Amino acid sequence: MDMMTAHQTRSLTEAASAANPKVVAREVEVYYGEKRALNKVSVDVPDRGVMAFIGPSGCGKSTFLRCINRMNDTISTCRVTGKITIEDQDIYDPELDVVQLRARVGMVFQKPNPFPKSIFENVAYGPRIHGLAKSKADLEVLVQDSLQKASLWNEVKDRLHESGTGLSGGQQQRLCIARAIAVSPDVILMDEPCSALDPIATARVEELIDELRNNFCIIIVTHSMQQAARVSQRTAFFHLGTLVEEGATQTIFTNPTDQRTQDYITGRFG
Amino acid sequence: MAGIYFVTLAVLTASAFLMARSRAASLAGGRGKEALHSLPIYHGMFVASGVVAVMLLIFIFGAPLVSHLAHSSAVSQLPADVAADRLKSSTAFREIFRIVAGEAAGPQATDAIRNAAEAYRSTYASGNWALLATGFAAALGMLLFGTTRITTSFRARNMFEKFVKVVLVICAAIAILTTIGIVLSVLNETYRFFFDPDIKGKPTVLGFLFGTEWNPQAAMRADQGDIQSSFGFLPLLTGTLLITAIAIAVAGPLGLFSAIYLAEYATPRIRSVAKPILEILAGIPTVVLGFFAALTVAPLIRGSGEWLGLDVASESALAAGLVMGMMIIPFISSLSDDVINAVPQSLRDGAYALGATKSETIRRVVLPAALPGIVSAFMLAISRAIGETMIVVMAAGLAANLTANPLEAVTTITVQIKTILVGDQEFDSAKTLAAFALGLVLFFVTLALNFIALRIVQRYREQYD
Amino acid sequence: MTDVSVLPGSHPTRRDLTSEDARARVRRRYRSEARFRWYGIAALVVTTIFLVTLIADILIKGLPAFTQHSLSIDVPVTAEMADPEGNRSEQSLRSGDYTGLVRNAVKAELGVDGRVATGHISKILSTGAGDALRRAVVADPSLIGQTVKTTALLSDDADLYYKGVGTVIERADGAAAAKPSDVKGEITVTAPGAFAAEVASLRERAATTLKELEAQIALYDGSSDQAVRDRATPLKEQLPPLQAIAANAAAELPLDPHISSFLVAINGGIVKVSKLSGDVATGTALIPLKTADAAAAGTWQRVTYVTPEADRKVDDSKVAFLDRVQTDGNVSRGLNTLFFTSGDSREPEMAGIRGALVGSILTLAVTLALCLPIGVMAAIYLEEFASKNWFTDLIEININNLAAVPSIVFGLLGLAVFLNFFGLPRSAPVVGGLVLALLVLPTIIIASRAALRAVPPSIKEAALGVGASHQQAIFHHVLPLAMPGIMTGTIIGMAHALGETAPLLMIGMVAFIVDIPGGFTDSATALPVQIYLWSDLPEAAFKQKTAAAIIVLLMVLFVMNGLAIWLRKRFERRW
Repeated sequence: MDMMTAHQTRSLTEAASAANPKVVAREVEVYYGEKRALNKVSVDVPDRGVMAFIGPSGCGKSTFLRCINRMNDTISTCRVTGKITIEDQDIYDPELDVVQLRARVGMVFQKPNPFPKSIFENVAYGPRIHGLAKSKADLEVLVQDSLQKASLWNEVKDRLHESGTGLSGGQQQRLCIARAIAVSPDVILMDEPCSALDPIATARVEELIDELRNNFCIIIVTHSMQQAARVSQRTAFFHLGTLVEEGATQTIFTNPTDQRTQDYITGRFG
Repeated sequence: MAGIYFVTLAVLTASAFLMARSRAASLAGGRGKEALHSLPIYHGMFVASGVVAVMLLIFIFGAPLVSHLAHSSAVSQLPADVAADRLKSSTAFREIFRIVAGEAAGPQATDAIRNAAEAYRSTYASGNWALLATGFAAALGMLLFGTTRITTSFRARNMFEKFVKVVLVICAAIAILTTIGIVLSVLNETYRFFFDPDIKGKPTVLGFLFGTEWNPQAAMRADQGDIQSSFGFLPLLTGTLLITAIAIAVAGPLGLFSAIYLAEYATPRIRSVAKPILEILAGIPTVVLGFFAALTVAPLIRGSGEWLGLDVASESALAAGLVMGMMIIPFISSLSDDVINAVPQSLRDGAYALGATKSETIRRVVLPAALPGIVSAFMLAISRAIGETMIVVMAAGLAANLTANPLEAVTTITVQIKTILVGDQEFDSAKTLAAFALGLVLFFVTLALNFIALRIVQRYREQYD
Repeated sequence: MTDVSVLPGSHPTRRDLTSEDARARVRRRYRSEARFRWYGIAALVVTTIFLVTLIADILIKGLPAFTQHSLSIDVPVTAEMADPEGNRSEQSLRSGDYTGLVRNAVKAELGVDGRVATGHISKILSTGAGDALRRAVVADPSLIGQTVKTTALLSDDADLYYKGVGTVIERADGAAAAKPSDVKGEITVTAPGAFAAEVASLRERAATTLKELEAQIALYDGSSDQAVRDRATPLKEQLPPLQAIAANAAAELPLDPHISSFLVAINGGIVKVSKLSGDVATGTALIPLKTADAAAAGTWQRVTYVTPEADRKVDDSKVAFLDRVQTDGNVSRGLNTLFFTSGDSREPEMAGIRGALVGSILTLAVTLALCLPIGVMAAIYLEEFASKNWFTDLIEININNLAAVPSIVFGLLGLAVFLNFFGLPRSAPVVGGLVLALLVLPTIIIASRAALRAVPPSIKEAALGVGASHQQAIFHHVLPLAMPGIMTGTIIGMAHALGETAPLLMIGMVAFIVDIPGGFTDSATALPVQIYLWSDLPEAAFKQKTAAAIIVLLMVLFVMNGLAIWLRKRFERRW
C-alpha cells in the first residue's frame, strides 16, 4: 500500500497539468455500419502522466483508444464523428496525413506483436520509415536509447540480431514499447498491454510504464482495476459506449460520483 | 526497336529516381529547414514512376499506330485490285513481311510488292524513331517537371502509393481483360463463320447446331466449286458426351467411394498414403495420360475385344473415356472429400445415437446432406472432361461418327478444334473459323457448368455456416 | 434402418433384441457395413492400380531409351571421301562422307559386298554414324590416310535388336562333318544326318503356327461383323506354305518366313537355309565363307532365329550382321547422351529433348516473369485494398471462372489475340509464355490470397501502429511473411504450366524444330508438345523416346512438387 500512497500524492500535484491537455476529445461517436459503438465521449488527457480507461468488456474503451491514432480507419464500415485534437491539431482533418499522425501517437497492443525480424530491426523500423536517423550510427544510438528506455537493453544487447519472436512474452511486450518510443511519439496508446503476460512480466511492464510517464503522455486501456490504480494518475470509466466518469485515479477508486462506477469498482458487474 | 525503347526507358527511369531523390535529400539537408514530408526515396520513386507511366503509355498507343501507318503506306503502293481483294492483299502482305524480315523474296514478289515493302520499311523505321523521340521528350519533360516540383511539404509517398494502387487495380483487372479477350476473339470469328458474306461454304446457325454430318475438309473443296454443307455439330456433341459419360461412369463411383472411405473410415496412416497417390494422379500431365491411352489401353481393349469376337476400333471411345476417367478420379475425390468433411459432426452423432451403423449413417445422413456439394463436384468434373484435349487428341478418332457404341471411334469438340487449327490456317475459310465456333460452344458450356456448380456450393456452404 | 419390422405373432410394442431374427438382422446390417467399407477400399485399390500400371508401363517402355548401342570400328580414312574438294579446308572436311567410310569399314569387316548387303548395312548404321569420325577429322586433318578407331552410332532398328526386340538365337554344334559347295551365292551344305533334329522341330513349329492361325481365322469367320470377317482374308493366304511344311513327309523341307529361320554358320560365313533335309541344307550365303573346305564335326554350328522373319523388323541378313559384330565384341551399350544434348530429329537414334527442354524453360521463364508479379499484386489488391463493390465482385467471379475454362480455349485466345491481332511470332516461347501466364494466373492469385490471409493481422497492426502507411505495412511486413506460401502456390502453378500442351498446339509450338531455340522469339517447342509429336510417329524407337521424355517430364514435375512441399514444411509458421 506504500505505492498507493505515493501515487496519491503524485496525482494530487499533477492534477493541475490537466489544465494544459495533450489530447482533447469532444463529442466523439463511432459507428460500425448502423451500430453506434461510442456515444458522445468528451475527455481531456493531460500532457504528462498515465491515464487509464477502465470498464466492462465491450464498453467502447478500446474503440475510443483506436480513434486517437485513427486505427479504426482500417475497418471499412467504421465511421467516426466529433472532434479529437492533439496539441490543437484536429486529427480527423482531411488534410492530415494519417501516417504522420501515427508517428506521433505510438501504440502497444494487447498481445505482444513483434515483427518476425531481428530485435534491432523491430526498433529501427519506425525511425527508418520516418527518416529520423541521418546515418547508420544515428540509428544504432536511437535503437540503443529506445531499448534502454524500455528497460530491455541489458537483456538483449548481446543478441540484437536474433529474432524478436524468440524473446519471452514480457520481453516481447517491452520490445513493442521500445519500438513505439523509438519514433519519439507525443502520445503512447496501450491496449491492455499486460493481458497476455504472467504476473512477473506484468510487474516489469508496469514499472516501465511508471518510468515512462515523466516523458510521455500515456493512455492505457485495462480490464484490471488494480492495474489502473497502480499505474495511472487519472482514470476514465466507460460503460455501454459512454464515458461515465473521469477524474483523478484516487477519486474514482475511493469516491466515485456515479452509481455505475461504484458498482463496477466494487465488483457488482464486469 | 522495342529493345532501344525499353533501354531508354530504363535509363531515364533510373536517372529520374536518382535526381529526384538527391534533390529531395538536399532540400532536407541543412538545419532550420522544414522537415520533408516524405523520405527522399519516395520522391525518387514518384518521379520515376511518372517517367515509366508516360513512356509505357506512349509505347502502348504509339506502337500500333506506327504499324498501322506502315501498313497503309504499303497498301498505297499496291495495285488497286490487289489492295481491294482481301485474299490477294493478304498473300501480298505475307510476301512483304518476308522481304522486310530480310528473307529471300518468294516467286510471287512483283515490283509493286517490292515497292510496297520498301514503303513499309521506311515508314516503319521513321515511325519508330518518331516514337522513340516522343517517348524520350515526354519522359524528359516529366523528369524535369517532377524534379523541380519537389518541396518539403510535397506528399511524394502518398502520391507514389496512389500510383501503386492504380497498378494493383490494373493487375487485378487482368482477369476481366482475359475473359473479355476470350469472349471477343471467339465471338468475332464465330460471327464471321456464320454471317460474313466473303466466307464460302459456311453453314446456317441451325444447320450447324442440328447438322448430323461433320466434315470440314469438304468445305475446303467448296472453294473449288463443290459446294457442300458439312458443318454439322451433332456428331461432335454426341462424341464428346459419349466419352464424358464413360469417364464419369469410371471416375464417379471410384472417386466418390474413395472420398467416402478417406473421409469416414481411413486411419491417418491410410490417408497419408492414399492422399499423395491421388495427388500424384492429379498432377500427371494429360499428354502422358494420352500416351498411355493411345499406346497401352487402346490396344489392350482392341485385343480383348478381338478375343471376344467384337470389332473394336483402334481409337475406341472406350479407351479415351477410361483414361479420362482416371484423370478425373482425384478431382471428384478431393472435392467430395471436402464436402463430406464439411457435414457437421452433430448430424452423424444424431444417427449414431439411434443405433445406426457407420455405413447406414453415411448413406442415410451424411451423403444426403453432402449431396449438393457432390452434385457440384460431378458438374465440375463433367466440365473438366468436356474441355479436356490431349487425351482425346491422342486416343480418340478424327471421324465424326454419330454413334453411342463405346467400341467405335468418335471425335470430340476439342479434337476438332485442335485438328483444324494445327497446321495451315486460312482465316478466310469457313474451316478455320469453325474451330472458333466450336471454341465458343466449349467456353459457354463449361462456363455454365462451373457457374451452376459454384452457385450450388455457395448455397450449401451458407446452409452449414 | 428405423423401420424395425415386427414379426407376426410377437408382441408389437416390445422388440426382443436377443431373438434369432433380431440377431440375424444385426448380422445382415454388419455384413452390409463391411461390404460398404470394402467398396471404399476397392475404389482406392483400383485407383492405385491405375497409377501403378501407368507408371510401370511408362518406365518399362522408356527406360531402355536412356541407353544406346554403338559400334566401335577401325575405319581407314580415305582422302577422296573425307575431303571431297581436296584442299583440307574445314568446309570440305565437313562435307565429307564419313558415314560412307564407316559403312565401307563394316563391309570390309564382314567381308560382304554388293548392293543388297550395302543396303542392309546402311540400315544397321545410323545416318549419323560418321558424326564422331567427322568431328575427329575436322579437329585433326592429319588423320586422313590413317586408320582411325571410331564409335559409330547404330540405327534405331539395330539398337532395338540389341535391346531384345528381335529374336532369340539358338545355336547347336554340327554333329557331323559338313561340306559347303561354294563360298558365296547359292550354297549347298552337305552333312549326313546333321539336320534331322531341325527338320523335326521346324515341322513341329509349322504345325503349331498353323493351328494358331486356323483358330484365329475361325474366330474371325464366326463374327457377325463384316469388318471382322474381312480380317481373316490376309491370314488365309499364309495357310498354304505352312500346310506344305507341316504336312510334308518328303525329305526336303521348304522354309517360310512365318516359321523360324534356320541358318548354318560354317567356315566364318553364314548360310540362310531355304530348303532343308536331314542331310542337306540349301540356301544363300549372307556372310561369305572363307573357304569351301569341309568342316569337321563341332567346328560348325546350326543356328535358329526363333522369331519368324515376318514378325520382326530386322530381317535375317541384318540379324546375321548384327550378331556377327556383337560376337566380335565391337558393340557397346552406353548412356544415351544424345538424348539430352540434341534437338529433334527424323531419325529416332539421333533425336533428343534438349530443344524441347530449352523451349519449355524459355516459355516458363516468360510465364513466371508475368504471372508472379501480376498474380501477387492482384492478390494484394483483392485481399487488402479492394472495397466491397461490383467491380471487386466482377473480378472475383472472373478469377473463379477462368480457373475452370478449358486450356484449349486459352489457346484460341492466344491465336486470335496475340498472333493475329498483335502480330507476335508463331511458335515462339514468348507467346507460349503469355498464354500459359493467363492460364495459371487464377491459380497464383488464389494461392497468394490464401497466403496473405494466413499472416496474422497483428503484424499489420504493429506496422500501422509505428506509423507505417498501409502499403508500407503490406510490402515491408505482410508480403515477406506470405512469400513462402506464395512461392509454394507459384511452383505448383508452374508445374501445371509445364505439363500443359493444348494451348501450345494452338499457337504453333508444334512444329518439327531441329535447332535448339536461342531466344524468346525463336521457333520452339516444349517438352509435353515434343511428347505429343513423338507419340504420333510410327517407329518403335520413337515410342521408347516418347516414354523416356515422359520420364524426364515426370521427374521434373516430381522435383518441382517436392520443392513446393519442402517450402511449405520448412517455412510453415504457427502463429
